[in-house]
Amino acid sequence: MDLLRSEPMQLVQLIIPIEAAHRSISYLGDLALFQFKDLNENKSPFQQTYASQVKRCGEMTRTLRLFKEQMMKAGISPPTRSTKDSGLDLEKLEVKLKELEAELLEINANNEKLQHTYNELVEYKLVLEKVGEFFSSAQNNAVARQRELEVQPIVETSIDSPLLMEQDATCPIKHIKLGFISGLVSREKSIPFERILFRATRGNVFLKQAIVDHHVQDPLSGDKVHKNVFVIFYSGERVKSKIIKICDAFGANRYPFSDELGKQFQMMTEVSGRIAELKTTIDAGLLHRSTLLQKIGYQFESWNLLLKKEKSIYRILNMLNINVTKKCLLAEGWCPISAARQIQKVLLQATMECNSQVGTIFQVLQTKELPPTYFYTNNFTCSFQEIVDAYGIAKYQEANPGVYTIITFPFLFAVMFGDWGHGICLLLVTLYFIINENKISSQKLGDILEMVFGGRYIIMMMALFSIYTGLIYNEFFSIPFELFGPTAYGCRDPSCRDSTTIGLIKVRDTYPFGVDPKWHGTRSELPFLNSLKMKMSILLGVSQMNLGIILSYYNAKYFGNNINIWHQFVPQMIFLNSLFGYLSVLIIVKWCTGSQADLYHVMIYMFLSPTDDLGENQLFVGQKFFQVTLLLLALIAVPWMLLPKPFLLKKQHEERHKGQSYSLLYSGEDPLESESNSIHLDHKEFEFSEIFVHQLIHTIEFVLGAVSNTASYLRLWALSLAHSELSSVFYDKVLLLAWGYNNTIVLIVGIIVFICATVGVLLVMESLSAFLHALRLHWVEFQNKFYEGDGYKFSPFSFTSLTDEDGI
Amino acid sequence: MYGFEALSFNIHGGYLEAIVRGHRSGLLTTADYNNLCQCETLDDIKMHLSATEYGPYLQNEPSPLHTTTIVEKCTLKLVDDYKHMLCQATEPLSTFLEYITYGHMIDNVVLIVTGTLHERDVQELLEKCHPLGMFDSIATLAVAQNMRELYRLVLVDTPLAPYFSECITSEDLDDMNIEIMRNTLYKAYLEDFYRFCQKLGGATAEIMSDLLAFEADRRAVNITINSIGTELTRDDRRKLYSNFGLFYPYGHEELAVCEDIDQVRAVMEKYPPYQSIFAKLSYGESQMLDKAFYEEEVKRHCLAFEQQFHYAVFFAYMRLREQEIRNLMWISECVAQNQKSRVHDSVVFIF
Repeated sequence: MDLLRSEPMQLVQLIIPIEAAHRSISYLGDLALFQFKDLNENKSPFQQTYASQVKRCGEMTRTLRLFKEQMMKAGISPPTRSTKDSGLDLEKLEVKLKELEAELLEINANNEKLQHTYNELVEYKLVLEKVGEFFSSAQNNAVARQRELEVQPIVETSIDSPLLMEQDATCPIKHIKLGFISGLVSREKSIPFERILFRATRGNVFLKQAIVDHHVQDPLSGDKVHKNVFVIFYSGERVKSKIIKICDAFGANRYPFSDELGKQFQMMTEVSGRIAELKTTIDAGLLHRSTLLQKIGYQFESWNLLLKKEKSIYRILNMLNINVTKKCLLAEGWCPISAARQIQKVLLQATMECNSQVGTIFQVLQTKELPPTYFYTNNFTCSFQEIVDAYGIAKYQEANPGVYTIITFPFLFAVMFGDWGHGICLLLVTLYFIINENKISSQKLGDILEMVFGGRYIIMMMALFSIYTGLIYNEFFSIPFELFGPTAYGCRDPSCRDSTTIGLIKVRDTYPFGVDPKWHGTRSELPFLNSLKMKMSILLGVSQMNLGIILSYYNAKYFGNNINIWHQFVPQMIFLNSLFGYLSVLIIVKWCTGSQADLYHVMIYMFLSPTDDLGENQLFVGQKFFQVTLLLLALIAVPWMLLPKPFLLKKQHEERHKGQSYSLLYSGEDPLESESNSIHLDHKEFEFSEIFVHQLIHTIEFVLGAVSNTASYLRLWALSLAHSELSSVFYDKVLLLAWGYNNTIVLIVGIIVFICATVGVLLVMESLSAFLHALRLHWVEFQNKFYEGDGYKFSPFSFTSLTDEDGI
Repeated sequence: MYGFEALSFNIHGGYLEAIVRGHRSGLLTTADYNNLCQCETLDDIKMHLSATEYGPYLQNEPSPLHTTTIVEKCTLKLVDDYKHMLCQATEPLSTFLEYITYGHMIDNVVLIVTGTLHERDVQELLEKCHPLGMFDSIATLAVAQNMRELYRLVLVDTPLAPYFSECITSEDLDDMNIEIMRNTLYKAYLEDFYRFCQKLGGATAEIMSDLLAFEADRRAVNITINSIGTELTRDDRRKLYSNFGLFYPYGHEELAVCEDIDQVRAVMEKYPPYQSIFAKLSYGESQMLDKAFYEEEVKRHCLAFEQQFHYAVFFAYMRLREQEIRNLMWISECVAQNQKSRVHDSVVFIF
């Protein structure tokens, strides 16, 4: 099977003729089986061979970003359907994009110009309206006041009297020419504007402002802002220049205004007419623009895809070495040995199509570098492999726990989640995902849904196994069923109606599969199930840990490491099995013989006083002698694990090192060299202590771990107990209680509460916690026996894995 | 705050200190500069910068680039960083951050006033202003005719107002006046900033007083060198020196009477921290002095990051970024004008 060990890989050198390079890379990207090594890591981006093409791609993506932004502004969304290849190549696309960009920019510039004029005219119109109003009201006031003045010639100043007209009226002889400036200023700036005006002219101006109710588009920036119309009256040229400067500084647009009514009217009509004209022109421009954008939007996705591909191809091309003659490119990278033929075929095809005179040379390199880890996975296995990868990527060709995980993971989960009713619920959910797989995978899902969808096959396996264990536990939402025939137990005499009381006797053959339904609800139900599940957990745990240690044997054998076999695998096997393997044997013997022996007692006194008589706890003949032997074996195994390996490693190293030091001595009497040599030796000496400490830690971890890991497997029992108790609580205290009231409404409420609790607590939360515990059992208790997990993943160059960020 | 910064600093300043240290690690390294110096065109520079923190700011620029665009976008990045930090800051850090910009404000005021004096367009001048030193009514500066008006019209609303107390005169503005005004303002600003940092106490006061003292000393030297041969009297010159720093007070007395660059040098060499600056310069040379000062400054700012739980890192980061932008400007100018041999003249490596 492919999954047992990662694919054998090879480091390959490709010499690609330069004319076929682009196409070759493109084909390799489609194939997605070649991981390129970056041969130009220390070159800065602009020194690379294909820097100019990368620049061009960058420029084109910028254009596409511009289009996208414009489309967003115009409210056109590009069609997201997967578009077919547009048949364009990069050069044509570049020309086309440039044309379109120029056109779009021109339209935009025209529109902007028109909009600018339009906004100015709108503002002008506002000024005309507001200032006109002001002038006419001031005139009316002035006329009225003059009449008053004629009646009573005492000059009376009040704040709301119009200053200008009054001056005009009271001292007409002086003929002071009062000028005025009118315009618009944005509202938030109006107060500082007024303040600065006041300060700059020492109060010798009259400012009148009127609020414009709606937003006005500023002609310069195009933003919509609140504005005030103002008129400033002043006298003198110096003040005028000052005011104009201040107006400029505040971004206040000035507009000419005439105080003659006739001219005002004429200007008003003129402005309104031009506004209407401009409006139609602008609308036509906008329509033109949106048709252009729609045209762009239609092909946007395919261009984007093409650019993404091109960019990634050039990124790869930049990783390659160009040789001196500039006729071919040198690529290095990893590929699975099994894919070599495919790759060669594709490369040949590429060179043929490009009419290249020489073919691509495919050459396998010898290397000491650790190759990447690659597993051929499919839809089903990939999520299980993911569980293992989340802990650490397997070392190259290391035994892959992923294979065993496919069965053991859902099984351990199911041990904790044993209820075939709940299992069926899970199965239905996951079947929905699996059946609609194709439809859902093309959609964008939320975070949580994505996770559930990604693990759909895991959930399916978990559901199947929990149906299986549920049948063994005989639980269906905590209700027992007599599925496999009638119960084996019956009343001793017809008078006992209540099956929970004592006095049941075995009337038939043993219930054929799983737990007898009669156990449910009896007083001895819990002690019985606890004893069953606890022992089962230990059996499962010991066997899984044994599997882990055996895998470490296969690893050692595969990598030819005899020290690990004899001084790690063997003592570990002996230690674990002489203690907990023996316990498992005792459990099975007890089950088979129906003995009353107390296993706790046996295990504890095996350590405390191994020579004592076992008494009634004896399960088989010669048990005492057997136990003492096992104990001695376990005691021997500990130093065996600890001591030989580091010393053997040291010896091995010294043997290898000896040759080196001889050759170095021969090579020269250089004091420098011998010095460096001694440093070298010191370094190695130092490493020995490190190895020894490491081995010490490893041994302690294993010895303590054998106890604690076995205890850790008891979580299987604990969680399964919690699950069944919770579900029986919901069934008894909610559903049956509601049933007891004989009231439809109470019953409906009860059913709703029951369903919510079942789904929320049992199906979601309990399954999550069981999932986590199963995960832990795999990562810690199982994988720490053998798994190194310090490899790195094979990440081939592939077009399908290009993400959105690569493009826009 | 003295001595117990470690206990309480992170309550308000921890997040921002983390942010600023993150920004600092985004500064260009020597390797980056080496690569940048090898660029052939401005597009190459853009390409190289696209891999740095400037990337997002430059990526939407159409291809024929100009030096000004690069500098503008890089400054925008600095301004964005600053604004983000200012938004998140609480007292007294926010005041501290605002203090950092006052220097730019003074420069902007001087720029606009000088520009108007030479009848430049206000809009054009505004574009040249440093965005960190902008304030609302800055454009109105163009209206002012003399110092008094300048103060009364515009600056009374700005944080610079208190610094003006020294230089309100009714004289019309001219180049000399403006230069004196700039230095008087700067003096007042540095002294105020110095007092503020002393008030903050702790490591901030310690490190900032060192950095500001260097700044003050550098200004004193620059004022001296620039005023040699002008009509500025010794007393006036003396008045422009800030009243703190290593030179205060005896160095100032000596600087005030200096008549040529070698005398300045003789004064400075009495102060051990500044001896190293002159070690590389030959006698009578003042061109390279600026670069030497910049290098020393960068070194001191980098050192500010060695301590934790103080505000000087913000000041140091802003200054380092500004130096980096100056470097980028120089490199891009050299590349644009095909003067690559001169690239190394003015680039100050930060790390």
